[in-house]
Amino acid sequence: MSAAMLVQKKAQAANADRTLRFAFPAMVIALIIAPAFIYPFFLMQALCLALFACAFNLLIGFVGLLSFGHAMFLGSASYVCAHAAKVWGLDPELAICCGVAAATILGAGAGALAIRSQGIYFAMITVALSQMFYFFSVEAPFTHGEDGIQDVPRGKLFGLISLADPPILYAFTLGIFCLGFLAIYRTVNSPFGEILKAIRENESRAISLGYRANQYKLAAFTLSAALAGLAGATKAIIVQGASLSDVAFSTSGEVVLMTLLGGMGTFFGPVVGAFVVAAMQNYLAQFGEWVTVIQGAIFIICVLLFRRGIVGELAAFKMRRVLRDDRDVGLSQKS
Amino acid sequence: MIFGLGISSQQLSGQLLVGLINGSFYALLSLGLAVIFGMLNIVNFAHGALYMLGAFCAYFLLHILGVNYWGALIVAPLIVGALGALIERTMLHRLAGLDPLYGLLLTFGLALVIQGICQNYVGASGWPYAVPKELAGAQNLGFMLLPNYRAWVIVFSALTCFSTWFLIEKTKLGAYLRAATENPTMVRAFGINVPRMITLTYAFGAALAGLAGVLAAPINQVRPGMGADIISVVFAVVVIGGMGSILGSILTGFALGVIEGLTKVFYPEASNTVVFVIMAAVLLIRPAGLFGRVA
Repeated sequence: MSAAMLVQKKAQAANADRTLRFAFPAMVIALIIAPAFIYPFFLMQALCLALFACAFNLLIGFVGLLSFGHAMFLGSASYVCAHAAKVWGLDPELAICCGVAAATILGAGAGALAIRSQGIYFAMITVALSQMFYFFSVEAPFTHGEDGIQDVPRGKLFGLISLADPPILYAFTLGIFCLGFLAIYRTVNSPFGEILKAIRENESRAISLGYRANQYKLAAFTLSAALAGLAGATKAIIVQGASLSDVAFSTSGEVVLMTLLGGMGTFFGPVVGAFVVAAMQNYLAQFGEWVTVIQGAIFIICVLLFRRGIVGELAAFKMRRVLRDDRDVGLSQKS
Repeated sequence: MIFGLGISSQQLSGQLLVGLINGSFYALLSLGLAVIFGMLNIVNFAHGALYMLGAFCAYFLLHILGVNYWGALIVAPLIVGALGALIERTMLHRLAGLDPLYGLLLTFGLALVIQGICQNYVGASGWPYAVPKELAGAQNLGFMLLPNYRAWVIVFSALTCFSTWFLIEKTKLGAYLRAATENPTMVRAFGINVPRMITLTYAFGAALAGLAGVLAAPINQVRPGMGADIISVVFAVVVIGGMGSILGSILTGFALGVIEGLTKVFYPEASNTVVFVIMAAVLLIRPAGLFGRVA
């Protein structure tokens, strides 16, 4: 490994440490204060979308797999959770577990099919599979077709704490989001995550080193589906329902948009992207279909002009400065 | 009565006809996707939107400029093709050499923009487009009634598909195209303008989508959502047929349309999902698709 690469590695590692030590607490503090200024119900939905985008980013950013059908995991968990809470009368934490389990099983099945192909084929297969799930959701009796599942009780957490109280519900949502976020952070920075990144960079080489790339990809896909399911199930408790829009193709597109806009392969990018997209949907709602046009335009601009996304561009800017400083230090030591 | 299932032959042949019609559109669209993919290595997510634009062009040509169906059949694909050329020159062109996923994301964005603008203009409901009077009426085949226009769509799209196949696989121009797909640098060294060929290829694929849109206008209403509805099925068709294959995408398109029609007769609940189920099965057995060369 060349000296320059070592310096870059060191800079990246230092950056990663700083992520957890400073940026994460800063984000959590900001999110704790936020309800004082911003409508909490909007924040909770945005947090679910952010977790959804983080789960999606685990695949595109760290394994290099573009899933264009992630709505099926969000939606399936949402439906199952809503059904479990309403019809079976389960406590919210159990209902969410049911939802996550459903998304995990679906993820393992869909992943096993999709990872047989790569790149754009993978994307097209995920589109088709999620459309299949969409039509299933239209027909299946327990989803109630166009009506969706409504009036889902929020219930009492562990049978004790009522989630009907907005501050408690907000704390619960924030807790789940942080849990998911840290789980992804831990996964990516584990030996398992290193192998995923190796597969992203050069799959044949990873295979030649003896790693069963497909098993790693399937594990990552299933994990991403499970976390997307966690987001969907939590959303079902917050909005007290599940609907066809959760499984629709447009939702799959939106999560791609959030991640692309925020920055693929960064930890905070999907969170930033999710908040921007959620704000756009919420505050530009009176413009109707123009929101779709704006979203499309953002896609085009991101792809043509800044492919690293908001957080990615910021990080690249900082990285250039760190590298420059390091190189200056290195040079002065040599001389 | 056939098979003792209580299904009349009239119902069966009716659904077979609907299946063939849908199959014609699947074939035309997946053919365009295959042509574009072969040359640009891009999955054109905007294909559904271009199909929809073709139908809208036909509508506006008739109601604003008074150009009839036959005129639209020529002019609308030209307009959509020109738009395709513009898209390739101004945007897709800049993505050469990048991960093909960026092309997919860009064309997805384009699809959202085109569809959103149309939806603003038209609203979610559709506009009717009359069947041209030369093709009004129907033939009584004894066992069923065959509307002339539907027969025309099937025959015309089959002809278009096979002439495209002929153009690419059997002519000199097609040979240039295939060579440029294999090794663009070498082909350029022979003095062939490869960038222009790429632009024309995208324009041609877009024009095919536009043509399918014009053909579809009198059958379905002209709706902004018509492209988004069909594109995921077309993707499944392409995956089943195998991305590399022109002939594969044509045959798979027609076959899946018919299978979908038959499913509507025997098990209506599954008619929307049957294509995707077949796709899953094909992926398990032949990951490269039925006619595909590479995975």
